[in-house]
Amino acid sequence: MKKSLLQKSAPWLLLSAVLIVWQLVCSLFAISEFIFPSPVAIAQSLVEFAGPIALHAWRTFWVTMAGFALAVVVGVVLGMAIGSSPFLYSAAYPLMTAFNALPKAAFVPILVVWFGIGAGPAILTAFLISFFPIMVNIATGLATLEPEMEDVLRVLGARRMDVLLKVGLPRSMPYFFASLKVAITLAFVGTTVSEMTASNEGIGYLLVSAGSSMRMPLAFAGLVVIGAMAMTMYELFSVVEKRTTGWAHRGAR
Amino acid sequence: MTDTFVDFKNVFLAYDDGGDFAVEDITLSTRQGEFIAIVGPSGCGKSTFMKLATGLKAPTRGSVSIDGSPVTGPLKIVGMAFQAPTLLPWRTTLDNVLLPLEIVEPHRSRFRSNRAQYEAQALKLLKAVGLDGYAQQFPWQLSGGMQQRASICRALIHEPKMLLLDEPFGALDAFTREELWCILRDLQSAQRFNVILVTHDLREAAFLADTIYVMSRRPGRIVARKENPLPGPRELEVTYTEPFTALVHELREHIGRVRTS
Repeated sequence: MKKSLLQKSAPWLLLSAVLIVWQLVCSLFAISEFIFPSPVAIAQSLVEFAGPIALHAWRTFWVTMAGFALAVVVGVVLGMAIGSSPFLYSAAYPLMTAFNALPKAAFVPILVVWFGIGAGPAILTAFLISFFPIMVNIATGLATLEPEMEDVLRVLGARRMDVLLKVGLPRSMPYFFASLKVAITLAFVGTTVSEMTASNEGIGYLLVSAGSSMRMPLAFAGLVVIGAMAMTMYELFSVVEKRTTGWAHRGAR
Repeated sequence: MTDTFVDFKNVFLAYDDGGDFAVEDITLSTRQGEFIAIVGPSGCGKSTFMKLATGLKAPTRGSVSIDGSPVTGPLKIVGMAFQAPTLLPWRTTLDNVLLPLEIVEPHRSRFRSNRAQYEAQALKLLKAVGLDGYAQQFPWQLSGGMQQRASICRALIHEPKMLLLDEPFGALDAFTREELWCILRDLQSAQRFNVILVTHDLREAAFLADTIYVMSRRPGRIVARKENPLPGPRELEVTYTEPFTALVHELREHIGRVRTS
């Protein structure tokens, strides 16, 4: 089933419509730029401060990627551990859920005490906020293995590792890639939150300093950049997901 | 090598210590190359019996021997197939059939170097069950009956001495089921492996098996043993004859008795 052209361009049409309405509201009611900047004003400051914005965006990007990479490694390892052992699953799951419920912004001051101002707290906040969905999805993929399949292999003398490599991991790949899409957007949230209070660089820092000097168009420009980066990475992982685990999405072809 | 293949002696199994037995006092033995069927009402411990025969579970009491030696762990000389085909969706039909060879020794260590030979073997088996031309298809591109055929090929690829089938045709329509009965009959009469078929389809048991055992409700016991009076291998036509109907009827009466008791 191929998507029609209209369906493909739908997000762009909606975006344009929102921007037009936004611009009209701002112009018609003559809303001050200090309160609510118009799309044109935001675009102007995007161009005007392109250099500094790019520097801050690059910082936020690599910090997010570092935190995300850490989250993938730790999430996969922990997910494999608790997914392949019912004992660990029941032991660790409630604690992990409780941990996930904590607001990650609350960790930033603690991380600053440990690692100082800079990239350290931002990487770790991005990591803390994004490893959970990855871990849960890997664990779910492994824990929902059909017992018959396991019997077929075990009777042949398969070791735990064989079952994990031949069946468990391939089977949890769709869950894994689905979780990457969620995790990457969360990682951007983590980085930005941390940069807002504990950094002199990055989009988070840009947002706070632009806000405190009443340069609202610049602050909004920062938000646009974050949104664009998160969207791009989301789409990237979407494509990777479709390429690698097509067998799990056969209905959508 | 003795003439007895499967040998259960007063076997009891409880899943948890001190709990109720899932099966009780099972004693049965089969000849080399015999096809047996176990029938019974649902929840009678048929699947438990399978776990005992494959060595996936050790008996709480009694002893299980297969092919003259006591069972102490999982038995590699066994192939298994279930009601659900459990094929892996990311592997082609051919690769699904080859999976056991990637696991079981001695094929495992030779798998890479002998791949061509193993593939030829798998293709031959697929052809025997009427799946030639489907080797490169993915399981989700096959119908339910075709998936089940592939699942049986997977169970047989390492040339096991014993095939264990747990309601393998339960989810298929009547015509496909009869077609697969004939395929299984032909494979078995060509290769003479031992078969334990667990089913609740009495016609299936009467058509395929040399000996039929009836199990009672939980805790499962064997309440009747019936040798098939019709000479095998049987043709589908036989299922419409008087002796066949009488056999099914007799089995039905045993089941009726264990259900009401």
